[in-house]
Amino acid sequence: MNILDTSLVELVNWSRAQFALTAIYHWFFVPLTIGLSFILAICETIYVKTGNENWAKITRYWMQLFAINFAIGVATGIVLEFEFGTNWANYSWIAGDIFGAPLAIEGIMAFFLESTFIGVMLFGWNKISKKMHLLATWLVAIGSNLSAYWILVANAWMNNPVGTKFNPDMARNEMTSFFEIAFSPFAINKFLHTVSSCYLVSALFVLGVSSWYLLKNRNVEFAKKSILIGSIFGLFASILIIITGHSSAQLIAEKQPMKLAAMEGLYNGKKGADLIVFGVLKDRSQLNNDADSDPFIFKISIPKLLSFLAFEDFNSFVPGINDILYGNKEHNIKPITEKIEKGKIAISALQQYREALKASNKQKMDEMRKVLNENYKYIGYGYFKNIEHLIPNVFLVFYSFHIMVALGFYFVLVFIVALWLLKKNSLQNKKLLLRLFVFNIFLGFIASQLGWVVAEVGRQPWVIQDILPVFKATSHLSVKMVQTTFFIFLILFTILLLAEIKILLHKIRKTTIELN
Amino acid sequence: MSEVISLTFLQNYWWVIISILGSFLIFLMYIQGGQTLIYTIGKNEEELNLLINALGRKWELTFTTLVTFGGAFYASFPLFYATILSGAYWLWIITLIVFVLQAVSYEFRNKANNLLGKKTYEYFLFFNGLIASLFLGIIIGSFFTGNDFYINENNLPKWNNHLHGLENILCIENLIMGITLFFLSRTNGALFFVYSIDNTNIVKNSLKQTKINGLISCISFILFLILIFLRKGYEYNNDYIYLRENKYFLNFIEMPITLVFLLSGLFLLIYSILKTSGKNVDKLFLISGLATILLVFSLFLNLGFNNTCYFPSYADVKSSLNIRNSSSSYFTLSVLSIASLILPFVLWYIIRAWKLITKVSSSDTLENNDY
Repeated sequence: MNILDTSLVELVNWSRAQFALTAIYHWFFVPLTIGLSFILAICETIYVKTGNENWAKITRYWMQLFAINFAIGVATGIVLEFEFGTNWANYSWIAGDIFGAPLAIEGIMAFFLESTFIGVMLFGWNKISKKMHLLATWLVAIGSNLSAYWILVANAWMNNPVGTKFNPDMARNEMTSFFEIAFSPFAINKFLHTVSSCYLVSALFVLGVSSWYLLKNRNVEFAKKSILIGSIFGLFASILIIITGHSSAQLIAEKQPMKLAAMEGLYNGKKGADLIVFGVLKDRSQLNNDADSDPFIFKISIPKLLSFLAFEDFNSFVPGINDILYGNKEHNIKPITEKIEKGKIAISALQQYREALKASNKQKMDEMRKVLNENYKYIGYGYFKNIEHLIPNVFLVFYSFHIMVALGFYFVLVFIVALWLLKKNSLQNKKLLLRLFVFNIFLGFIASQLGWVVAEVGRQPWVIQDILPVFKATSHLSVKMVQTTFFIFLILFTILLLAEIKILLHKIRKTTIELN
Repeated sequence: MSEVISLTFLQNYWWVIISILGSFLIFLMYIQGGQTLIYTIGKNEEELNLLINALGRKWELTFTTLVTFGGAFYASFPLFYATILSGAYWLWIITLIVFVLQAVSYEFRNKANNLLGKKTYEYFLFFNGLIASLFLGIIIGSFFTGNDFYINENNLPKWNNHLHGLENILCIENLIMGITLFFLSRTNGALFFVYSIDNTNIVKNSLKQTKINGLISCISFILFLILIFLRKGYEYNNDYIYLRENKYFLNFIEMPITLVFLLSGLFLLIYSILKTSGKNVDKLFLISGLATILLVFSLFLNLGFNNTCYFPSYADVKSSLNIRNSSSSYFTLSVLSIASLILPFVLWYIIRAWKLITKVSSSDTLENNDY
């Protein structure tokens, strides 16, 4: 299969577009489900512990907004799960032995827990004891977070395919260690980083809605209490994001150096690499392989910090895109053409193995299996002719990463300021700040979405890192079919998103909560 | 572990798990059946609200079971997952769309400022009920009648028919199975209303609907059985796959336990329909539910065991999928089997939670979180 085959390129692009569309819409709703569920649990715990009815009112208010948002998150989630089969059938077979397990376990262990107890949580207020209801609320929170864990285990494996071995008899990857997959540092880190971003989005949501009430001088006591809970929760989440963001970068530096180079716009690697705080990239056509050329029109950077953050050594070498593509003898980085050659050997060995298997030629099978095993970790590279196809979209990844990081640090400040002004009892008077807090709801979603852009666009062109490129993973469908379903989902999800926003806004505007 | 439990055992075990999940999924589609009856049974706004509230507290369970059924199939038989979803593309995409509509409809319908209006969300519920039950029935029917695909030399699936699944609607056996599932879901849906709602009119109308829909579902199911019993089925012997006359009928004879499940299911279904004229009608839903589980379970066992190809290809017989050539590896199935041990616990807490929130009365509809 040639990547330059136009219809294949179109099919791959539309399949990616459809999956990205579904994922983006899914991620408008899921962060609120995951984060709000904990905020609900915390508020209700205070209620049960203190017996103060005010906290019951606060819990019920946020629970109503949670319920409006929950359903559409679930609805977009089911489409994502089935799209692995409908649009990525080749991937589903090649990786299904590993990838399916976390999805099944998610259903059995987490999703049932979440969806069973959400009914009890929403409808059980006056039917079961306070403690039983609190238990149901906590189980919803635990279920939604557990659900995220298994999905992120599956996603982490695509970025870092551990605990697996290729079986040439079946022409697929097979699981060899469940624990390596489920508890890989990649998976743990991805989970912590992602769920903390959900907590952050939810905290910004609580802060923003409550700030709106303060601006309107309505539900003031309720708003202050909500801001207190939301800001403490958000501050904790922000700090967790920074810590896990740093460890994420270290893992990426080790396992996905091309992604890190794209995140930092680093074309030519160097010892003691600078961390770009702010930068404007030149047009790609202006870039070349000249080690002296600077890819930035303008930049503000901190000397040597990237080297330190990536490898905990201010003088360590961080490879750039050109080093990865063309090699760097000084730092023992081989050119990518070597990987491509080895990949071709692996592909050829696999084909010959399959033919030998058909002919029951055991000697040939043994011979080819050995060649395949020696070169398998490069097999994905064997499908590429043009090495530039191995570079992700640097502009998109660079800007997404930097905006996300900037917003992340900004949010820490937001929560500190909110808590400080709340303590001084002067928050209600800061109209401009309150307006900014309302706007921060939008910024929270943007930051969270950009995180996924960095993660997913940054790992292109791989669906399984180094093993399976995206253009070998799609289903055998016509471009028109995928285009049609893309637009159907675009229209459907957009309408439903608008409906949800309208309902939420109306609910927020019309609700009056009298605290004692 | 390999010395104690063989790959064959694990493949069989996972087919049984899939069959159980599939049977529960079809039983839980009483939600879909109920959704198609809301205008038939609900004669005024209050009754309509009661009906939708009763269903709205349970829809997540059907949804979750579908997700788990899909996930379990993916994990245990990935070649099937890749083949059917990419192949019968349109059937699945349409099914997914109506499930998306269902999920939001319960939550948005009764909310102010909901963009599309209350009625639209009610129509969405109706369409979900109609399409989901009909299409899932057609898909199950196609497990018996076969599909137009082949598996290439690298075990990658390709569908030949450009209609990508819609061609299955034109097959009479599949269509009858779809109709069966539609009316069976309505029967269970009507009995669920009797079971969960304290309202005389609703109970009276639901019992009437049970009789009509139950009768049609029984007749169409028996017709489906006759048609598939007369068909050739796909049988395998190691790697060799061939056609066998009356395969599905002989499977029931050669696996008597499946015949017991089938006949018990049929008996219980007919019993639950006939007893609607009696006095203690509250619990008939549980009997018809058990009947549905037994019927679907017997069909899945018939499809997966006795050397049967559960997903036959009429385009290329040797591409037909069975539980031996489409499963995950020994290691993965072992891991999944350990994870499956918590299923009884999951079932336990679902039943506990179910009991807490099932009954719906008129006063409940005044609560804030109503649908």
